[in-house]
Order: sequence, then structure tokens, then C-alpha cells
Amino acid sequence: MTAIPFILLILAVLGGYFINRMAAREIRDTGNRLHSLTSYHGMFSALMILVPVLTFILLWLVFRGPLVDRLVMGNLPDGVLDNLGTGAIQLILAEIKSVSRGVIFGTPEDWKFAAADHFVALNKRADWLLVVCAGALSLALMYFARSRVTAEFRARQGVEGIISGLMIFCSVVAIFTTIGIVASLSYETYRFFEMVPITEFLFGTSWEPQIPIREDQIAAEGAFGWLPVILGTFVITFVAIVLAVPVGLCSAVYLNEFAPRKLRSVIKPLLEILAGVPTIVYGFFAVLVVAPAIRSFGQSIGLDVAPNTALAAGGVMGIMLIPFISSFADDALSAVPQTLRDGALGLGATRAEMMLNVLFPAALPGIVGGVLLAVSRAIGETMIVVMAAGLIARMTINPLDSVTTVTVQIVTLLIGDTAFDNPKTLAAFALGMMLFLVTLMINIFALRIVRKYREAYD
Amino acid sequence: MNDMRKIERDVHMTDLKIKARGVNVHYGETHAIKDVDVDIVDKTVTAFIGPSGCGKSTFLRCLNRMNDTISICRVTGQIEIDGRDINDRAVDPVQLRAQVGMVFQKPNPFPKSIYDNIAYGPRIHGLTKSKAELDEIVEKSLRRGAIWDEVKDRLNDSGTSLSGGQQQRLCIARAIATQPEVLLMDEPCSALDPIATAQVEELIDELRRDYSVVIVTHSMQQAARVSQKTAFFHLGHLVEFNNTGEIFTNPQDSRTESYITGRIG
Repeated sequence: MTAIPFILLILAVLGGYFINRMAAREIRDTGNRLHSLTSYHGMFSALMILVPVLTFILLWLVFRGPLVDRLVMGNLPDGVLDNLGTGAIQLILAEIKSVSRGVIFGTPEDWKFAAADHFVALNKRADWLLVVCAGALSLALMYFARSRVTAEFRARQGVEGIISGLMIFCSVVAIFTTIGIVASLSYETYRFFEMVPITEFLFGTSWEPQIPIREDQIAAEGAFGWLPVILGTFVITFVAIVLAVPVGLCSAVYLNEFAPRKLRSVIKPLLEILAGVPTIVYGFFAVLVVAPAIRSFGQSIGLDVAPNTALAAGGVMGIMLIPFISSFADDALSAVPQTLRDGALGLGATRAEMMLNVLFPAALPGIVGGVLLAVSRAIGETMIVVMAAGLIARMTINPLDSVTTVTVQIVTLLIGDTAFDNPKTLAAFALGMMLFLVTLMINIFALRIVRKYREAYD
Repeated sequence: MNDMRKIERDVHMTDLKIKARGVNVHYGETHAIKDVDVDIVDKTVTAFIGPSGCGKSTFLRCLNRMNDTISICRVTGQIEIDGRDINDRAVDPVQLRAQVGMVFQKPNPFPKSIYDNIAYGPRIHGLTKSKAELDEIVEKSLRRGAIWDEVKDRLNDSGTSLSGGQQQRLCIARAIATQPEVLLMDEPCSALDPIATAQVEELIDELRRDYSVVIVTHSMQQAARVSQKTAFFHLGHLVEFNNTGEIFTNPQDSRTESYITGRIG
């Protein structure tokens, strides 16, 4: 049933296209000079129909459900909803809906059957109304578009206007999604800070989000200082970056300048495959291979190594970031014009001198931008640390100790039965918000540097 | 103009700087340079002219082994500078390029300060012992490049902040700073406007006092203006090589005549 309006829409769009094109062709054949090509006249009509009608259908489908629900509930016999909470009313609505689908549990009251019939009838009417409205709107627009066809009509500008409007819409979608994410986070964050003072969250050095679930339970009161958690994130990020930056840069320099073409054509795709490995697979690698190896090695030289070390999680994360940094640096180095290379070589510089003194400084802003993007990726990385990092928040910068990260805490706080009225759950949103802000700042910083790098040689 | 220089020209045409014999260059399958013999005299401007793709730039790049940096490029034959074969295994291309400076078609200052641009060559070759000495080389090179007066107050500005003509003179000064004996110029004026071109040409004429200059150019007028010797390349062959005045007034080969009268190329 929902397919019919869409089929109508397609027919109307095609119809509009050909009608306008034919009309324009007729004008042209009678000897007039058209401003726009006939295909633009057709496109104009097609877009004039497509955009408004599609918007109308989608809006209708979005708002139809709630509207029908309201009509059904408003039409119930007096008194049946008295003294009921929102939860109970939702249950009745759900029961009516399942009755309307023929799924009946127990013996519902008669008024529920009546409401179910009403629900079905309303839905049917809404479907037909949609078909009629969409059809009428299509016809009206088709008529309007046809009436515009004249020799002077600037159909091309019209089409370009509509298409650029569509492109603006597409680019705005991402912005609004970001705003939506922030908005949804900020409400829960606000509620969290109503329960836990913001100063305790920002400056507290103890993170123990266990709180009593029942009144009579004996448990800690809960402490929500995010410092040990963010410190853990930074320790792991630091380990990852310390590993990834030198290795990534050296591989980029080698591939870009020194590697024989054949070797480059083998290594580059391999690095790209490394970038495509799902992070959970890296997680396995960290837990099953790297962490035990670090532990047994540490013990063999008499060090006390935790089973979940920051070193293991950060190290594997660093391996994950190598292709990221290397491809960014490779792009930055390749963007340095060949004339600069020739200039340095022509002065008698060796390849290494050219790389160090000319290419590298010229590419540095791009490389730094890439590194900062890698940092923000490391901070937000979840799967590796969930598997390989610890759960207990410690104020430590010892990479051989077990630390936890912001993302790990968010995951553990939201796993299992969660109630949205206690600080334990809401703390996850506050952490998410802070994480968002930290990575946002790093990204803005990185993008500014990358933008500057575009101007470097002109 | 050429006639006036004729006497002067004859005086200087004595010591041979570069001697090329049977030079062949292959780019992969393409045979770009075919059996070229050239004698380049010291303290002279030699111009390479010819239609696009005739191999003149490729041959120029053989003289400081810049073609080594292109992996598919293969050079055979003998090129001697001061009697020493530059393709010999004992010759380090890096040192050779310090001895044979090069200026490119597009001005390519490094995105560093003007001072560092000039100081780059002396630094990597260890030509100076002290900062004062380096300062002196920088000033001398900039003066030699006829750009000192324009940049002396802004040596710390980026080299890329200069205008196109200034950038090219900066690049010439940069090449001079390594104290080369030969200066190769690959269409040094093709990206410049007429005024900047005139300045660079004047500079080239100046440089002839100390260096052997080889210039590739598209412009026959430029070749006539700045050079004493001209080589005409066509399809990878060296068609004719003679005094510039002879080439332009009395070409021996019909192809040369066609080219300079504008019938081919």
C-alpha cells in the first residue's frame, strides 16, 4: 500500500519530464530560439514535481502514525483512561494495535475491539488520502511546470537552482546530525550534573561508579571524578602515538622517496589492508598475543606487569594507526611539487638531505594535521581498549599498569540493566560529552593546520 | 647586436669546458636523444633551441646527471667536464651537481626564508666555516643574481613571497651560491613576464664572465639575444651547432632554416 504513492511519484516525474520536453521541442520546431536546451525544460519539470511531492510523502509517513494513535486514543469511551500513567496508556495502545493485527492475548474488553477496528479504518483512510493528495499535488505541479514553458524561460537556471538547493541540504544534514548528537548528549549530561556536582566530576581523582541499586544494599556511595579515566585515555593514546608516529613517518618517507617502484606497489596496498582490519580483530591480537607476551617478558626481567597493561592496548592501537599516519604523511610528501625536489637535487643535495631539509618541512603542516587526527582517533577508539585495557580507574602514568579509558567506562556503564534515573548511567553521557569536546577541539586544531598547509607553496 | 659581439666571441672560444660524444638517452622504449656530440666552451652562453619534445631539456639534464633521478631513463655515451667523464663510477652525482648548477623552468624557491634559500647549498656542501662567511656568500650570491637591492631588507621573508621574476633570480642566486663552474638553465624565462625576462637575460649575460652557461629556450629571439653559440635539436638529433650569428643568418641545414623562419616547430 505504501508503494503506491511512490509509484505515482515516479510516473508523475517521468510524465512531467517528457511533457515539458515535448512542449519545448514544439516551440523550438516552430522556429523560436530557446533559452535552455529541451532536456533542461524536462529536468525542470521533473525536479519541480520530485522534490515537493517526495517531501510531502515522507512527512506524511512520519506524522501519520502519531496522528492516528491520538485519534484512536481520543475516541475511546469516557473513563477508561482515568487515573492511568503514561506507561499504562502506552500499554493499552500497544494492545489495541496487536488486536488490530489479529494477535489477541486473553480476553480484551469490547471497547478495545472497537478501538482496533477504528485503528484499522483510520489507517486505511490515511493511505487513500495520501494517494489522493500526492496525486493531486503531482498534477498541480505538473500543470505549473508545463505553464512555464516558453522560449525565454530560463529552465537551466531553474534546474541549477533546485540542484544546488539539494546539495546545500545534503551538506547541512551532517551539521544537523552533529547538533542532534550534542543535543541528545547534553540533556542527559545536564541531568547527571544535577546529581553530581560538576566540580567533583572535573577535578575528582577517584572514579568508582558503583552505587547501591536497592535501598538495603550495601555498596560504595560512588565517586565520579573523571581525572583517572581521562588520564588512562591519555596514557594509552600516548603509547599509541609514540609507536605510530615514528613508524608511520619512516614508512611514508621510505615509500615516497626511496622504495623501488615494485616494492612500493606491494607495500602500499598491504598498509591499506592494515587500515581496513576491524578494530575488534586488533583487540583479539592485543589480548591473546601482545598482553601475554609483554607480561611474560616483564616477569622474566623481574618487572611487575599487570595482565591488562596500557602498553599492550596502546601498542596495538599504535599499530592500527600506522597506516593512517603513513598514508597521511605520504599524501603530504607527494603534494610537495616535483620542482622543489629538482631544485634541491640540482643544488647537489643527497636524497636524504632533500627529504630532511626540503620535503619534510614543506610537508610538515600536513603531517602534523594527520598526527592530530590520529590522536583524536586514538582517544575515541573503543573496541581495542574494551578488550585489552583494564576496568579499574587508577591515577597512574605507568604504562605497565592497568588503566581504563573513557570509552571503556562508557561501555561498561551502559551494559546490562540500566536505569536512566541514577548517576551511574548518566555518568556515561557526561563522559561521552567530554570525549566529544576533547576530540572536537583536537580536530578543529588539526583542520586549521591542514588548511594552512594548502597555502604553503603558493 | 650579434655582430658587435663577434670579436669578443672569437677571443673567448678557446678552452673547452664540456665535451659530449655519442650521447644517447632512452626513456623506457623511447629513444629521446640520438648520438649527440657537443663541445661547450668556457665563459660562453650556449643556447639549445628546437621544437617541443626535441630532447634539448633531456640533453641538458644529462650534463648534471639529473636524469639519474628518473628511474626509466638510461643515458649512454661520453660526457666530459674538464676532461673527466661524469658518468664514470668514481664520480658522485651529488658533487657533480654542486659543480654544475641548474635553474629550472618554473621558479622553485624552497618554502624557507630568502637567506636560507641561498645558504642551503653552501650548508649542505660545507663550504663555510662561520656564520660571517656564510653571510658573505649569501650577499655575494644575491648581488651576483641582481636581486640584492630588492631583498636585502627582508632576508627573513619567505622565498615564496617574492614575485615570479624575483623568485627566478633568487633561484639563479641559489645556484651560484654553491660556486659552480657550469650553470644549466632550463627555459628559465618561460614563466616570466617580458620585464622579468629582460632582467634575467641581462643577468645571464653578466654571468658569462665567470661561468659557462647552457640555456634551453623556446624563444629564438632569446637565443639570439643572450647566446654566443647555438645548438639546434630536432627529433632527438643535434642538427646544427655553430656560432649564434651563423645559425640565425646563414643556417647550413634546411631543417634549421625551416625552424628559425617559423616553418616547423
